[in-house]
Amino acid sequence: MRVVYILWLRQLIRYSRSKARIIGSLGQPVLFLVALGFGFGPIYQKAGGGNYIQFLTPGVICMGILFTALFTGIEIIWDRQFGFLKETLVAPVSRFQIMMGRTLGGATVALIQGIIIFLISFLAGFRPVDYKMIPLAFLFMFLVALLFTAVGTTIASLLEDMQGFQLIMNFLVMPLFFLSGSLFPLKGIPKVIEILSKLDPLTYGIDGIRGTLTQASHFGLFYDFSILVSITLIFLVIGTYFFSKIEI
Amino acid sequence: MNIIEVRNVSKQYHDITAVKDISFSVSEGEIFAFLGPNGAGKTTTIKMLTTLLHPTSGKITINGNDPVTDSYNARRSFGIVFQDPSLDEELTAYENMYFHGVLYGVPKDTREKRITQLLQFVELTERKNDLVKHFSGGMKRRLEIARGLIHHPKILFLDEPTLGLDPQTRNHIWSYISNLNKEEKMTVFFSTHYMEEADRVSDRIAVIDGGKIVAEGTSNQLKEQTKTANLEDAFLSLTGHNIREQDASQLDIMRSIRRRRGHG
Repeated sequence: MRVVYILWLRQLIRYSRSKARIIGSLGQPVLFLVALGFGFGPIYQKAGGGNYIQFLTPGVICMGILFTALFTGIEIIWDRQFGFLKETLVAPVSRFQIMMGRTLGGATVALIQGIIIFLISFLAGFRPVDYKMIPLAFLFMFLVALLFTAVGTTIASLLEDMQGFQLIMNFLVMPLFFLSGSLFPLKGIPKVIEILSKLDPLTYGIDGIRGTLTQASHFGLFYDFSILVSITLIFLVIGTYFFSKIEI
Repeated sequence: MNIIEVRNVSKQYHDITAVKDISFSVSEGEIFAFLGPNGAGKTTTIKMLTTLLHPTSGKITINGNDPVTDSYNARRSFGIVFQDPSLDEELTAYENMYFHGVLYGVPKDTREKRITQLLQFVELTERKNDLVKHFSGGMKRRLEIARGLIHHPKILFLDEPTLGLDPQTRNHIWSYISNLNKEEKMTVFFSTHYMEEADRVSDRIAVIDGGKIVAEGTSNQLKEQTKTANLEDAFLSLTGHNIREQDASQLDIMRSIRRRRGHG
């Protein structure tokens, strides 16, 4: 338990020291919120969709979480290159503990990032329908964070260096975000997009947050929660497996 | 009792055999020097002994445990100072020490005591709250060694620990390690390029070249065997005077393969 805690703490200390990274990774979500939120707002309203900022905010929160979580997972590649990974791998602790500590740490960092975006969205005019539901929204945010940190760890265990980075960005992160129903409602969309959206785990995270904050869930909160928990567990197992196979 | 047993161990990276059928043993409480030119297979061997790489064939026993099948118990028996840096540069010197202590399960009082003592020993007390990325190479090296000494394992592996340190610091560190060896019966396994260092501190020496053990024995035995006056000459007579270029390039090939294959 102490080992998990100490590796969790390490992630938090590193996060708190990288001010540039904190601000840098807020830029993109905030830009989306402002440009898309205010840009598409009037059309969305005219089309009868209601307030677009209310719709968009959960998506943008998840965007911030997705990016931060994946990249804290992928940080293992840096640790490998700078040698710190070796230090943890020869310690008399199980790989599972190392994986858990890192993943929980990464997920906590991503959650904090998500909460910051959530607070910023108030400036853009976002208002939760029911404030009592906020803790539940945070739970969904944490699950999304946990899932994608585990995904990041899995990728990092298989990759050698950052050369595959652009590949991940264009063929994983971007599709995950755009197909998740973050920007558009899942009602009445073409069948292909609908199927892809349903295969995208981020969809259920965003839908869950939408359900808790604005009571506009597409699938229902319980359904979102069950799917998200299952996929997260699967990826924790996969991540742990590949992490345990690392040779240096 | 042999605390380290290596029997017919080979390690193959694709078509390159980094270590070829080596066998040797180290008995408990011994200071064992592992010498060899660059690219001879020293680091590969140390990585196999410390569970980071799996041998292609052969068997290793570390304090009675197989590093492949029982890596956890093998890891409980040793500590290691790596050849290349393994510090977290975004953390302070103290935090690096502290995290290591926790990872190795050193009890709180002992941990605090040893961290204070060791930071003082390597003269980093005043810099303990500075981020490691602001340290010079020598300071990082000293911190790395100090960190490796927080917990007192049964076997201490040191892969070219004193590389780049001045003679004063080297002496200083070796006297500390010799002391641990005497007082706690700690077995020390180290590699170095400084022959006088190996001569002075080690009980026994193995020389590896081209992935094979070419000689094993005490410093005097090696000198007698090669009819030379000092260990440096014995070493050169065993491994040749040439800076063998194919060895250097072989190492580069190995490194690039490792990088491609996920072993870097």
